[in-house]
Amino acid sequence: MKKTLYILCSYTAVLLLMNLSGCKPKNAGDAIGSDAAGKVYVAPGKYDELYNFVSGGFSGQVSVYGIPSGRLLRVIPVFSTDAEKGWGYSEETKPMLNTSHGEIPWGDQHHLDLSQTNGELDGRWLFANENNTPRIARIDLKTFRTAEIIEIPNSAGNHSSPFITENTEYVVAGTRFSVPMDNENGDVPISSYKKNFKGTLSFVSVAPANGEMKIAFQMLLPGMNFDLSHSGKGPSSGWFFFSCYNSEQAHTLLEVNASKRDKDYILAVNWKKAAEYVKQGEGKKVKANFVHNTYSESTHTATSKMESEVTLIDVRDFPDLVYMIPCPKSPHGCDVDPTGEYIVGSGKLAALIPVFSFSKIQNAIANKTYDGSYGGIPVLKYEAALYGEVKKPGLGPLHTEFDGKGNAYTTFFISSEIVKWNVKDLKVLDRQSTYYSPGHLTIPGGDTRKPYGKYLIAYNKITKDRFLPTGPELSQSAQLFDISGDKMKLLLDYPTIGEPHYAQMVPAELISKNSQKIFRLDENKHPYVTMGEKNSKVVRVGSKVHVYMTAMRSHFSPDNIEGVKVGDEVYFHVTNLEQDWDVPHGFGVKGNRNAELLVMPGETTTLKWVPEKAGIFPIYCTDFCSALHQEMQGYVRVSVKGSKVPISFSLGKNSEAADEILKK
Amino acid sequence: MKKLFFILSMALFVSGCASEGNSDASGTSGQPATGETKAPGTDTYDPNRGEGKFTDVKVGDRLDGVMAGRGEKIADLKCISCHKLTDEKLVGPGWSGVTKRHKPEWIMNFMTNTDAMIDKDPKVQAMLEICMVRMPNQNLSDADARDILEFLRKNDGVK
Repeated sequence: MKKTLYILCSYTAVLLLMNLSGCKPKNAGDAIGSDAAGKVYVAPGKYDELYNFVSGGFSGQVSVYGIPSGRLLRVIPVFSTDAEKGWGYSEETKPMLNTSHGEIPWGDQHHLDLSQTNGELDGRWLFANENNTPRIARIDLKTFRTAEIIEIPNSAGNHSSPFITENTEYVVAGTRFSVPMDNENGDVPISSYKKNFKGTLSFVSVAPANGEMKIAFQMLLPGMNFDLSHSGKGPSSGWFFFSCYNSEQAHTLLEVNASKRDKDYILAVNWKKAAEYVKQGEGKKVKANFVHNTYSESTHTATSKMESEVTLIDVRDFPDLVYMIPCPKSPHGCDVDPTGEYIVGSGKLAALIPVFSFSKIQNAIANKTYDGSYGGIPVLKYEAALYGEVKKPGLGPLHTEFDGKGNAYTTFFISSEIVKWNVKDLKVLDRQSTYYSPGHLTIPGGDTRKPYGKYLIAYNKITKDRFLPTGPELSQSAQLFDISGDKMKLLLDYPTIGEPHYAQMVPAELISKNSQKIFRLDENKHPYVTMGEKNSKVVRVGSKVHVYMTAMRSHFSPDNIEGVKVGDEVYFHVTNLEQDWDVPHGFGVKGNRNAELLVMPGETTTLKWVPEKAGIFPIYCTDFCSALHQEMQGYVRVSVKGSKVPISFSLGKNSEAADEILKK
Repeated sequence: MKKLFFILSMALFVSGCASEGNSDASGTSGQPATGETKAPGTDTYDPNRGEGKFTDVKVGDRLDGVMAGRGEKIADLKCISCHKLTDEKLVGPGWSGVTKRHKPEWIMNFMTNTDAMIDKDPKVQAMLEICMVRMPNQNLSDADARDILEFLRKNDGVK
């Protein structure tokens, strides 16, 4: 109750202040202060300043918010079927959810990374990982659609992903749950973990022109848990840093058994050298089955291809590729500051934050300042790699981002706060509570060479008492802070889709200027496109019936179809002939056990329907398109198996077959 | 507790005076959304020419068959869903006689600057009351629009 009173008092104070400043003549000083509402208010018809891409966690999707308003702009379907957009329901998108295990309709999406050029955001693509059945997706930011998904073999729990190098040369995938390799006999006792279980780090190359992904190589490492990672930048750009826990190699009750050692590790990987070795033909080609799904913009169709081989580099054979740096207490976040010199490790159970120095690491490697080895990998002396420690910052540090002004911001799960500290002198500058227990955080460009600063968003795991209750399940939340001044200021709470893990934020103009409005009909190469209403038709091929259908405000052509029989496979290939922005048409057929379609202007999309009984089945547009939307409907007549009713179709008149029946 | 609510409401009430002078102080650098239209400018709008980039469209006395052929193809893809070649209304009005009712500039402007003309042109607005569907902007290039104009002329008997 005290808390509520306190909050009410503060709001009243805020409102009174707003009121005062509003009635006085404006000057520069008035804009700043405790005017939280004014800072997040985006007037009707105005655009937000930034896009915020937020992982959807166990929803499998990615959501897009406008900042500073916190308005939800879109949910991009990635690893789960999405009824709103027909993702995974239309014939064209089904292959995107294919894996080596078959079609998977629901994934677990954790982290996001925007593409970069020279260590700065370039607004081209967004990468997303799937944790459960290891995959990486590439989302095209022209269309806000998933353009490509590649499966990661020899891995389980693809958590340390999809972080990128500073020119998007590679996107990485590190194994959280070590497992026997795919081409080995996996039918082994679980207790043989130390002998049979391995971890891999995959380096997936990204083609500079079109973004196409390819598994360039995998590094074979001792069995343990790889958690998070970030690429070096500037002087450290040829290196990648991965946090590792469970160096105890426990396979049961990890809560206790993987928390025994005082220190685990951050793994420093010289990826440029590894890439050179692979170029020279080093590494072993091993059999591995994994799918590579791509969505073609010209045919509006996805294809799923099975790949069969990867190049594996056993790090024990290449002593100059990887080094272990001791890091206290089960490190989680592994973040590199904008200069590329400082690497921040965050031990989940630690009460300090170690900051490592890239130049000291290089010296320690050159002078072999080792402290033994782990699984054949040299371990650097902690002090030899350490720049310094942030003392008593809080409890349970998780993740760190940077503002480009020499400051770092770290989330603390256990003490439920964000702490601002100076990277050079390691002094704590400010701390603000979050509500409650933040995991990740994001600052625009906060993991790049050029942070944009200004805002920080904390993603909270627990929101008890923050929103109206909605039964046992509560929304998780984002909390927006203003970080333009010396002290962080909380501006806004808003709910998220699924559990937000990592997020990215980017100035809007970098993306909005390239946003595609329509698909051009003259570029539509879909094999079942209907180029104009005159070409609409219904064609029977054996038991398959292909309906070449067009949609235009506000009718389908054809809209009366007869001659379909029970058990036929009917494919409605709907081409939206509109060429105007924001005019999709929907398509639904009664009783279809698949779903509906949503067809963008100029796009062709296919709905499969297998009618199970004779009768009349209405079809209609499911997306309000014009004043005559309610008229956008039609009928399909389904006859019994063996019926003699011929295929016929029409728009605006009865079919001949129907006329004949009416005459009788 | 009740008192607090009272203060809160008062604060809200009084702060109302801030709204007018403060409307642009939101601190966001957003661009305005597109689609804002001015009130129909009766004094500047030319109902014969329409509004758009075309001020003077030259058409020949005789038909350019190649252009008309191209125009027919584009119209089949993008227009014929709603327009008949006769004077019969389908979704939109039939095309017969359109080149006699409107100047070439007007037709070209309407095809390429559709939304602005729907909001301003008295004849278009009268037609909208009959058809009840705004003609879609079909993203025609200038050359596409000119080819379609030639096809419309052919449809109206130009040889």
